[in-house]
Amino acid sequence: MKNIIRVGAVAAVSALALAACSSAPEETESSADSTMDAMPAETVDFKACMVSDAGGFDDKSFNQTGYEGLLAAEADLGIEINTAQSADGNEYGPNLDALVADGCDHIVSAGFLLGDATAAAAEANPDTHFSIIDFAYDPAIDNVKGLTFAAEQPSFLAGYVAASATQTGKVGTYGGMNIPSVTAFMDGYLAGVNYFNEETGGSVEVIGWDGSTGSFTESFDDIPAGKSLTQGMIDQGVDIILPVAGPVGEGSLQAASEAGDTWVIGVDSDFAAKYEEYADIILTSVLKKIDVAVEEAIAEDVDGAFSNENYLGTLENEGVGLADVADAVDASVVEELETIKAGIIDGSISVAVS
Amino acid sequence: MSDQTATATDEKRDGRGLLREIAESQTAVVVFAIIASMILGSLLIIAASEDVREAATYFFSRPSDTFSAMWHAVSSAYIAMFQGAIYNPNGGTFAAQIRPFMQTLTVATPLLFAGLGLGIGFRAGLFNIGAQGQIIMGATLGGYVGFAWDLPVGLHLLLAVLGCALGGAIWGFIPGILKATTGAHEVIVTIMLNYIALNLLSWLLTLEAFQRPGSDNPQSPQVADTAEYPLVLGDQFPLHLGFVLALLCAWGAWWLMERSTLGFQFRAVGANPSAARTAGMNVKRAIVLVMVIAGALAGLAGSAQVLGTEKSLTSGIAASFGFDAITVALLGRSRPLGIVLAAILFGGLRAAGPALQVQAQLPVDIVLVIQSLIVLFIAAPPLVRFLFRLPAPTHEKEVAA
Repeated sequence: MKNIIRVGAVAAVSALALAACSSAPEETESSADSTMDAMPAETVDFKACMVSDAGGFDDKSFNQTGYEGLLAAEADLGIEINTAQSADGNEYGPNLDALVADGCDHIVSAGFLLGDATAAAAEANPDTHFSIIDFAYDPAIDNVKGLTFAAEQPSFLAGYVAASATQTGKVGTYGGMNIPSVTAFMDGYLAGVNYFNEETGGSVEVIGWDGSTGSFTESFDDIPAGKSLTQGMIDQGVDIILPVAGPVGEGSLQAASEAGDTWVIGVDSDFAAKYEEYADIILTSVLKKIDVAVEEAIAEDVDGAFSNENYLGTLENEGVGLADVADAVDASVVEELETIKAGIIDGSISVAVS
Repeated sequence: MSDQTATATDEKRDGRGLLREIAESQTAVVVFAIIASMILGSLLIIAASEDVREAATYFFSRPSDTFSAMWHAVSSAYIAMFQGAIYNPNGGTFAAQIRPFMQTLTVATPLLFAGLGLGIGFRAGLFNIGAQGQIIMGATLGGYVGFAWDLPVGLHLLLAVLGCALGGAIWGFIPGILKATTGAHEVIVTIMLNYIALNLLSWLLTLEAFQRPGSDNPQSPQVADTAEYPLVLGDQFPLHLGFVLALLCAWGAWWLMERSTLGFQFRAVGANPSAARTAGMNVKRAIVLVMVIAGALAGLAGSAQVLGTEKSLTSGIAASFGFDAITVALLGRSRPLGIVLAAILFGGLRAAGPALQVQAQLPVDIVLVIQSLIVLFIAAPPLVRFLFRLPAPTHEKEVAA
């Protein structure tokens, strides 16, 4: 026994030693680097920072998408970045203060939970610019930009696609929590199905949301809860489901692929790219491009063009959108989508639940 | 010597000995547990540092790089911790320099309240895991008084604080009365009540009455200015009156447990319920009272949150204070003075979180890891004694009880 441990220890040490054998970098390398190599973008004297909510930057949902926007800004604009992750709600204010003290020029707050803390930090630091995801102030604060999204618009299109594609006449949806940034998707989806029924005289039913109450997992990380909720809906005859709960949607993918003949509609980002192994059961995805909005807000500020005007991502400015629709859906439906999209943009079609 | 071993094994057999040993461990063990966790924390900081990993790949060609990267990682982490929690020499004014310590005391306030309540419970032999739920219910009731009622200055704050204490007390009374009348184990009941409190608050926040006008977000309106704890040291510091109240409560808890008849009963029930009953004490009444007092103190921790720092209700209002307070109470050996010191230590660790991330680029979890290591070492006194060659414990609890 002792020998085995000794041999193991020797092996481990030699592995470590071998791993440590590469040569040291040249002392002068770093200075040569910055003058000789062409940087991806000119380094500018600007620091953009971000505070997550309690979900953290690895939440596979809006914190993470926003963080990707920040990373993209770092790469594309050549700016410095810094981040502070909030372990819980108590840290929003202190994290914002720490980033202000660190010299950040622009601070992105992730989510409505940071609303009060961001307003307080903005008031105390009028020279620092802020932007906040999924939230807008009324009246607007001078140095805070709200980044909001008309998620109901692409969801309306998704509802229309789902209603056209269902074989059972029942489509489903559920949310992570009953909060406006989630129910916006569900409202649009319901309205899209209703629009299909009006236009074609169909009678497709929506399970899981009636415009005010519906099914929720009460969590954005409980994948099994999403799976069991989806199974319940499949048992009721639902064959297309829109999970509006970030990573919990993976539970829907599992349940749908086990049940067969069931489609899932992705949210936030393109699920067909995110969950490649399930690509054949993904009907389409409702895109909410938080990353693009974050990067644009930072880019504007770098250019000296910061404004506190609220940003609203719409189909028109492509801040939201619908991903490619699966081939199984009739080409005629895809064509109609273009017409409906144009109708939503020019205002002739209302995406509100009637 | 053999006598003491016999007592120890006796107590272990009835299952409460272990809890008491942890709750009343030696001061030296506590101090060394903190030191040991700081050392282990340094190793983790080294492991988490990208610079060290980079330098380690060419360790043999230039080992000095690795060591300087290690030193840099650890020193910058502990410097950031110091500057984030105690004193920041880079602050422009004196106020800015000591602001971190004020922040530490502010964060310590809810831990102090809840830790005091838990400490009283531990000494009465009740392992109350329900501070989280009690904080939530206290914050909910007191917060509602704060934002929904319109009352004159002074009275409003008083009623809001009492509302917090009452909310927590109710949530402590339930497991207390269940334990006293049916023998339902307080650990199970309090854990379940935590979930009930959290989901109750989540549900309340979906109601119009608990939301801001014109918004559907699950967030209550801000409490009225008249119901907020006033800032005790002026606008430049976040320290509010709740901290002073918490210190008064610490004194009150000391007086209750050490000087009053009631406290003597609590301790007697904790030491040996059968003996206490034989001596003519009303054990059931003591259990209920302990839980109500513990709940009220935890409810006041909720007041530090909703009337002090957060100023509005969200489902995250209790953060993780209810569970952190268990550690605080254990670390403080369930004694008020110890709990004050432990709460300030934990307040400092928490307050240092942002500086650790922003300044030292460390993941926020490292603070949690250091806290958890402290708990681990406290919970294993023999390990700490072995590591630091401390003498075997002399059971001072005979004196305590």
